[in-house]
Amino acid sequence: MEILGIAGSLRSGSVNAQLLQLAALTLPGGVEFAVWEGLDEIPPFDEDTEEIPSVAVAGLRSAVAGADAVLIATPEYNGSIPGTLKNALDWGSRPGATNVFRGKPVAVIGASPGAFGGVWAHEETRKILGIMGARVVGAGFSLGKAPDRLAAPDNELLGQMREVVETLVSEATARTQAA
Amino acid sequence: MSTLSEPRTALPTGTWQIDPVHSTIEFSVKHMVVANFRGGFDAFDVTVDEAGIRGTVEVASVRVSEPNLTGHLLAPDFFDAERHPQLSFSSAAITVSGDELIVDGELTLKGVTKSVAIKGTVSGPVTSFDGSSRLGVELETIIDRTAYGLDWNAPLPTGGFAVGNDVKLHAELELVLAEEA
Repeated sequence: MEILGIAGSLRSGSVNAQLLQLAALTLPGGVEFAVWEGLDEIPPFDEDTEEIPSVAVAGLRSAVAGADAVLIATPEYNGSIPGTLKNALDWGSRPGATNVFRGKPVAVIGASPGAFGGVWAHEETRKILGIMGARVVGAGFSLGKAPDRLAAPDNELLGQMREVVETLVSEATARTQAA
Repeated sequence: MSTLSEPRTALPTGTWQIDPVHSTIEFSVKHMVVANFRGGFDAFDVTVDEAGIRGTVEVASVRVSEPNLTGHLLAPDFFDAERHPQLSFSSAAITVSGDELIVDGELTLKGVTKSVAIKGTVSGPVTSFDGSSRLGVELETIIDRTAYGLDWNAPLPTGGFAVGNDVKLHAELELVLAEEA
C-alpha cells in the first residue's frame, strides 16, 4: 500500500514539506510513503489547452492514480489555499466523472508559523477535495508555531500524524476490499 | 380514479412489475432557500405483490442538469455511490382506502436504514393495447437527508444554507401484471 504526500508550498525548507516527512515515521508495516514534487511544473489550468498533453499533469495524475491514499499538507496564503495547489487540484479534478481523486481516501494537514496552523486553508482544501469526489477523511490537523514544533517533534505531534496515517490506511483497505 | 364500484381496501393481487419507460423516481430539495431543485434517477426496479412494495434505485443513474453536480452527488459528500451503489425501499404495512395509500416501510440510503411513512394513490388496473394489465401507483414522502449521512452544505452570506435538509421523494410508477408461469 502506498500513501502519496503532496505539499502545497514550493519553497525549500517549507514547514509543510517537513510536516509531510513526519508521516514516514509513523507508517504501519507494509505501507510505503512517497512525496510528489512536481507542483512547480504544473501549467495554469486552461480549458482551451486542456487536451494538449502535459508531462507534469500526467505525472500528477499517474502519481495519484498509483497511490492508495493521499496526504496533502497545505500552507495558508491570505486566508486560503495556495494558488499553485488549487491549480494542481483543478487539473486533478478533470475529467469530472473519472478523475483520479474520485473515491480516493485523502487527508488534509497543514502547518504555519502562526498560532492556528492555517485552519482556513485546511477547511477550504477539504471542501475542494469533497467536491472533486475524493473521500476526505475526518482525521487531520493544523500545526501552529510549526518551526518550533517541527524542530523537535513530540509524541503529541507524532500521535496526531499516526492517527491520520492509520485512518488513511483503514479507508484505503476498505476500498481495496470492496473492489 | 378507481374503476371499482366499491372502495378498495387492498392492492390488486398478483405480481406487478415496473414499466421503466413510463415511470419516474425524482427528488426535490430547496436550493438557496427560495427555490425547489429537482433531479431524478434513470435506473430503478419496483415490484408490487402479496409481500408489499419493494424497490431499488441505482444511485449511479442520478440525473440532474449539470454534469459537475452529478459528480458531486455521486461522491462521499452526498450519495457515496462507490460504497453504496443502491438505495432501497421495502414496505412493512400498506393501508388502502379507495384510491389512497399509506405505506409504512424502511428506506435504506447510504447504508442507513430508517422507517418512513409514504402517502400515495393507486389507479387501475386497466387493460393496455397489448392486453396487459397496468396499475398506477404514485408515492411521495419527505426525508431528512442528514439522517442518512448526506450532510454536505454551504452557508449563505446572509444566513441560511445552499441546500435544504428536507428532500421530497416522488415516484410515479406504471406497473405491469406479470403473467403466471
